[in-house]
Amino acid sequence: MFPTSTAKAGPRPAGTGSGPGSGPASGSGPGTGPDGGPAAVPRLRRAWRKASPYAYIAPFFTLFLAFGLFPLLYTAFVSLYRVELQTSGEMEWRGIGNYTALFTDEYFWISLRNTFTIGVLSTVPQLAMALGLAHLLNYKLRGRTFIRTAVLLPYATSVAAATLVFAQLFGRDFGLINYVIGLIGLDPVDWQTGTVASQIAVSTIVIWRWTGYNALIYLAGMQSIPHELYEAAGIDGASRWRQFIHVTLPGLRPTIVFTVIISTIGATQLFGEPLLFEGSISGGISHQYQTLGLYMYEQGWGFFHLGRAAAIAWVMFVLIVVLVGVNALIARRRARKEAGR
Amino acid sequence: MPIARAAKRATARLGAVVLTGALLAACGSSASPDSSDGAGAQVTLTVDLFGSFGFKEAGLYEEYQKLHPNVTIKQSDTQDEADYWKSLQTRLAGGGGLADVQGVEVGRIASVTQQQSDKFQDLKEFGADKLKGQFAEAKWSAATTKDGKVLGLGTDVGPEAMCYRTDLFQQAGLPTDREELAKKWSTWDGYLELGKEYKKKAPAQSAWLDSIGSLYGIMIGQEKERYYDASGKLIYETNPAVKAAWDTSVKAAEAGLSAKLDQWSPQWNQAFAAGSFATIPCPAWMLGYVKGQAGDGGKGKWDVAKLPGGAGNWGGSYLSIPRAAKHKEQAYQLIEWLTAPEQQAKVFQKQGNFPSSTGAIAQIADAKDPYFSGAPIGRIFGDAAKASPVQVLGVHDQNVMQQLTNALSEVERKGVSSDTAWETAKKGVANVIG
Repeated sequence: MFPTSTAKAGPRPAGTGSGPGSGPASGSGPGTGPDGGPAAVPRLRRAWRKASPYAYIAPFFTLFLAFGLFPLLYTAFVSLYRVELQTSGEMEWRGIGNYTALFTDEYFWISLRNTFTIGVLSTVPQLAMALGLAHLLNYKLRGRTFIRTAVLLPYATSVAAATLVFAQLFGRDFGLINYVIGLIGLDPVDWQTGTVASQIAVSTIVIWRWTGYNALIYLAGMQSIPHELYEAAGIDGASRWRQFIHVTLPGLRPTIVFTVIISTIGATQLFGEPLLFEGSISGGISHQYQTLGLYMYEQGWGFFHLGRAAAIAWVMFVLIVVLVGVNALIARRRARKEAGR
Repeated sequence: MPIARAAKRATARLGAVVLTGALLAACGSSASPDSSDGAGAQVTLTVDLFGSFGFKEAGLYEEYQKLHPNVTIKQSDTQDEADYWKSLQTRLAGGGGLADVQGVEVGRIASVTQQQSDKFQDLKEFGADKLKGQFAEAKWSAATTKDGKVLGLGTDVGPEAMCYRTDLFQQAGLPTDREELAKKWSTWDGYLELGKEYKKKAPAQSAWLDSIGSLYGIMIGQEKERYYDASGKLIYETNPAVKAAWDTSVKAAEAGLSAKLDQWSPQWNQAFAAGSFATIPCPAWMLGYVKGQAGDGGKGKWDVAKLPGGAGNWGGSYLSIPRAAKHKEQAYQLIEWLTAPEQQAKVFQKQGNFPSSTGAIAQIADAKDPYFSGAPIGRIFGDAAKASPVQVLGVHDQNVMQQLTNALSEVERKGVSSDTAWETAKKGVANVIG
């Protein structure tokens, strides 16, 4: 059957009938009409060929529209109203009132400042340590695969579990860290109450969880740097440190930009660690480690002011877009400078 | 043990967060009308509570299932009421995922009767009217709306007393007899004086009091009017009763009598067994909590005495049925049974939650608790319940209290001045009310 039908379809334009489903279709073609039939089928097929990629990616965009774009726009809509969760049916128009109120809201500024300081306290040491760790992992070590996998373990732990363990370690009266501090002869630190102390404690959890993750990304980046460069540098007498500065770092630049952007987004959205650290939605008794994410949660699900929470969410969104933009701009400018040199 | 407890707490917390998201997404999937209301049909009733109501501990569900073989009861439980309330509000707004029976804390009942009466079932439709005489007047009226709907049946109330560690008192050379102590601390000043004496000879690492937050809480429970007046106006700023409780708490902090713990925190939980404090203000429901945290090692070391400064009430709960519940009729039969005098008395015997039903109060008048050195808890809490004021409740009671105790913690833990902390509290309250 097949050989005959392909033989009949022979005169048709080449290339279109190559698919596995072409046999039966082309077999019926000549029977129905010698000129109209064969021409119509390829046109349909060509249209499908053009459209099919869109159909393939449609599931993602449908989901994105439903769970990404729609909530985003609806949040913007809600942020213009006064809405309380308990009486969510009654919406009262406020215009940009929810946004302007944030400018005079002391707690908003405190949480913005905390987000920034905790972000710096956690991101900078985290990426520096990840870079060093990746450099070490890049050497030929015994049990390399095991060590590389082990680095990722903290990332695999849940935020809840990690934070709980750290909250115990940082306990004021019975915590291990204060016990060690006591052995050295220092006074115990109230890790929950002090502003700096609590922010360091929260940052420690973030650093612990994410350093290994970033180290593996750096490691992947390092392995794409041609080995010859190191050999050449070695022949020129460059020390390991000089090799790191002059070969590894420039080669890693795109990877570093990527991790900085990812970490910035993560730091701006920081939520789980400060929430679970003491179990307080206010971020401690004086909001001393309340981040923007936590403040939004407190407004929305602590006090049920959904409109205000929505406004904070949008401010966070804009903030992230700006921060990422600035990052990208700096990266591009540096790259251009490099090229011009 | 504390870690496990903390883990449970955190999981519940995270669960609430996740649930919030999931349920918002599932908005609109409101419960389908009950089709299988036939008497013989198998029914699974869901009960969603917070803290520890003690029904399970007292074996009440098993008993009910034996009486009604066609009913299966499933209970879920969130430890922290604030988390529970959050997730309940989210589900009420979405209209889905609600249990047949939902617990409501007394600090929230005004919010239910004033703001959400359309989201809860009027229990009068099932004949709750006939139960009115069974409950204390104040308990009943708090769950009744202005137009007469009854939205919840009372479980327990929170008559107040003072729990203390006899072993620590002994080491500090203080009397341990509950009658003698009650005389010595008949006023709050007397309580603070005794605390100063304790501090002089106390064992190392041991404070007089767990936190000034709980001191403030128990004192404010002795007042009739607190944050709102009867017309629903917010009056906490000018209310002398609030000021008095605040000032005494500050005094306790400044005298260094507090262990500076944060109530409901993991550190607080650990401190029960470690002996970090000698006294803890305890509403009746705190007895069960002390037993849970101090464990078997604490048995016989604790005792209960009359509260300084007169009787008061802190907390207590209701059982309500949301409009969106699947099996309202059966749920009502269950809560009527659970809140009946016999069952309330059983919960008190097991867990210490003090009954709100007048019949049950009479039944347990002679109860003693071996864990608390055989203290006559039936009489102590019974007297307190009879004498405690009928409180004026407001929509944001719980949140205002939270902000005030937070500010007090600043005085206690950071040495902030009382005036500064008061300003912080006012800002916090304004932020809550929005």
